[in-house]
Amino acid sequence: MAGIDRLFPPGDYDVVVVGSGPGGLQASYFLSRLGVNVATISADDEPGGMFCKWPIFERLLSWSMLDAPCEPGTREYEWYDHNSLLALEPELRALVPAQMGRDFVVPSRQEMKAGMAAFAAAVPVRYGCRWESTRRDEGGFTLVTSDGEYGCRAAVFALGVTEPWRSPIPGIEDVPHYADAGAAESYEGKTVFVIGKRNSGFELADGLLPWARQVILASPRPVQTRVLALSTVRVRYLQPLEDAGLGGGTLALDAAIERIERTGDGFRILAHGTTRPGPFDLRADAVIAATGFSTPLRDLGVSTVAQGRIPALTPFWESTNVPGAYFAGNTSQGAPGLRKHGVGASSPAVHGFRYNARLLAERIAGRRLDEAQVDDPVGFLLHELRRAPELWAQKGYLARVMTLEPPRDEGVQPLAHFVDAAGPDAVAVCVEMDAEGSIFPGIYVRRGGRLRETALDPQALHDFEREEYRRALELLLR
Amino acid sequence: MIDVESLARLALFADLTRPQLEAVAHAVDEQRFPRGTRILREGLSGSAFYVVVEGEATVQIGGEERARLRPGDFFGEVSILTGGAPDADVIAASDELRAAVLAGPELEPLLLDYPKLAVRMLEVEARRLRSANRWQG
Repeated sequence: MAGIDRLFPPGDYDVVVVGSGPGGLQASYFLSRLGVNVATISADDEPGGMFCKWPIFERLLSWSMLDAPCEPGTREYEWYDHNSLLALEPELRALVPAQMGRDFVVPSRQEMKAGMAAFAAAVPVRYGCRWESTRRDEGGFTLVTSDGEYGCRAAVFALGVTEPWRSPIPGIEDVPHYADAGAAESYEGKTVFVIGKRNSGFELADGLLPWARQVILASPRPVQTRVLALSTVRVRYLQPLEDAGLGGGTLALDAAIERIERTGDGFRILAHGTTRPGPFDLRADAVIAATGFSTPLRDLGVSTVAQGRIPALTPFWESTNVPGAYFAGNTSQGAPGLRKHGVGASSPAVHGFRYNARLLAERIAGRRLDEAQVDDPVGFLLHELRRAPELWAQKGYLARVMTLEPPRDEGVQPLAHFVDAAGPDAVAVCVEMDAEGSIFPGIYVRRGGRLRETALDPQALHDFEREEYRRALELLLR
Repeated sequence: MIDVESLARLALFADLTRPQLEAVAHAVDEQRFPRGTRILREGLSGSAFYVVVEGEATVQIGGEERARLRPGDFFGEVSILTGGAPDADVIAASDELRAAVLAGPELEPLLLDYPKLAVRMLEVEARRLRSANRWQG
């Protein structure tokens, strides 16, 4: 990368993007296509971000279907390819499935990394340039880096949620984090205690099933099996849970851990049951902290949520207290949206945050990449409800918006922004899901500054272009 | 997820044991709202249950302030338990409002798991009802 190192020397730019994982690449790509004077810097030596090292068991959870009801490279195909980044040029689309074989519908880490690298060939990045500190001034920010200072009016931080984070449990400092766990074979024949029953905990449990004598997972909250059954992480969760149900080696405990003590050749774990009260005094040969990750926010001074791990963001992914500091990638989950019926956004995953990055770039640029011609307003909105990958990937989070008189496409917007924004009479449509998993169109009509919400009925084939939907929407827009 | 200490300070959770508090802390989300942000929206379905951890909020109907909410106060439960949309807006009224947020569908299971929490909530609802009756009288 020696030649590329000369890109983006320190100096003044309109926008600086920090990071070269999928979030940074996607934000940088759209900013440059919108004509923004953007410099992208990364502490890494190569593109790919977290996929350069994780997941440790080498297989992702997110789908890319090689065969789908539509052609690879089309907008509709994005629906079936949850891993590729978005591009205006056909040759930059669907790059992850292009790396995949047919043994799995989810890519390996290497296939994902190769797909990111293929995309990154079209996104200039100054690699090996570490952001170290920040100064805020009237015009924006000065980012102090290992290569010098960068001035900008806005900065997009795509830092990932990748810094190992540990719960405040006495003794946890003596055990490795998921990020530093040994190879699976090093746990052969051992009893392994995993702190945490979320993604990384169950990834460990699943990966260690063929090796460890026993895997005990523990955290205070019960596993939400009903929610998991409909989520992409079910692959990893349900196998260890099935083993637990069969009375195999796995145990999934609902317990608050009081402390971890080193013993001669292993560990003692003292805990207290939550779902079923009572003390636990357990022994294990090894303990791994699968307690999650945080965002390396350094000295930005942004408000945070989730015990300081995630920046608190506005619906357009800007810090709630530091104007001009935007966040892309996994960190965009700091803008939770309306979370109607408890359904969260897909912003922690590529197939969700790639759309956030496009809208973020348009917001910063102050203009949109394209505008649909609306000849048949009702037909246009119903087609979006049935086919738009943005609305299906980000259910109840992103909406297609159209002003009413005259009908004009206002693009995709965060629903949380639309419902609170003032403006001309307009309609927003989004695909929503309720707590039971029913999928239905949500219609939000704003007239004279007042908002009216209507939920249309679900349809077994999700065919929202049928006549009954046309009649219902016509009535709402009359 | 929110830190256990933040929940431990709130009257609603005063009867829970430490392990129970940890389980609840893992079940709720933490959210921060800048001044003027709408947290609960009149007429909009599918909303969540909120407990104010830091800061203040106002309850508004038709733009008119009806009540002020402070740390320990909660809102959103009526529309969840009755299945309707909220009758009022709740708007952040301090520089930053920090709240513990529980998804609507998870409120009833939480109350069933921790009946003492349900009793605490009922006590507050009873006081609110008595106060509303006096005001109307």
